[in-house]
Amino acid sequence: MSTAWIVVAVVGVATIAFKAAGPVLIGRRALPSSVQSVVDLLAPVMLVALVVTQTFGGDEEITVDARVAGVGAAVVAIWLRAHVIVAMAVAAAVTALVRLIA
Amino acid sequence: MSDAPDAAPRIRDGMRAAIPLAPSPILFGLSYGVLADATGFGAAAAVVMSATTFAGAAQFASVSVLDSGGTVAAAVLAAVFLNARYVAISVTVSSIFPGRKLRRLVEAQAIVDESWAISGRRGRFEWPILIGSGLVFYVLWVGSTAAGTAIGGVLEDPNALGLDAAFAALFLALAVPYLHEPRARRAAAVAALITLVLTPFTPAGVPIIAASAACLLGLRR
Repeated sequence: MSTAWIVVAVVGVATIAFKAAGPVLIGRRALPSSVQSVVDLLAPVMLVALVVTQTFGGDEEITVDARVAGVGAAVVAIWLRAHVIVAMAVAAAVTALVRLIA
Repeated sequence: MSDAPDAAPRIRDGMRAAIPLAPSPILFGLSYGVLADATGFGAAAAVVMSATTFAGAAQFASVSVLDSGGTVAAAVLAAVFLNARYVAISVTVSSIFPGRKLRRLVEAQAIVDESWAISGRRGRFEWPILIGSGLVFYVLWVGSTAAGTAIGGVLEDPNALGLDAAFAALFLALAVPYLHEPRARRAAAVAALITLVLTPFTPAGVPIIAASAACLLGLRR
């Protein structure tokens, strides 16, 4: 089995369980507030970590290359309240342009 | 209650409510299909993942971690940590699901950020709206992923097109709504720092997983 399929299987089973957790196990109770506040922070924490690795990540090194320009342009687009898809297109276009010139 | 004979028209109400938001899953699904195929994740794996995981950010995360040379474990953990929020989300709607456990397990799969948000539009969560809108988003998400993989095959060198930066832009845009909250901002800053510090010393994927420790800041009062 290829790596992609292992990821598909494990993440799929875990996500199905997460989505069913409330309706199947919890019913009308609530999560303890400490658990709730940790879970609430997981999404922003993981997303920002992904931004950092996707922008500066290299082969076990910090790399500053065309991606930084592209992500910088995306920051401006997001600041201007552009749609996510527009921000992605801007990032890709600027990065591609810098790579073409460099 | 929710099993009443009038459930079908209410479910159709939910389907209609999803239509204004339709461009988002279509465009995301297309771009997921394109990226997954172009980075070598595989078209079939991408479509099956859309049909089973049905959660955009996590799916992009695993493709991105594998593409940047991360291990299977790192790709799985990044996606699982991102989707852990569905435990909290599903708890908020746990009381609206009718029927036996198996039925609740199946119907709970209609929960996705957008369907959850729409189903609470009247100040309380409504089961038919969640199911109706969730069904629409599901069909659009899986269908557009398949369409995207067909387009993706045409691309020769995805990174020359700056798709790696597009990933970063996506994760950033998804993070922004959370960052209005000071606690989330602090945790995100710590996570960014952990990721930067570990990147030169650890294999790809490890810094992201280590950064998840920043969510323990939630335990502070």
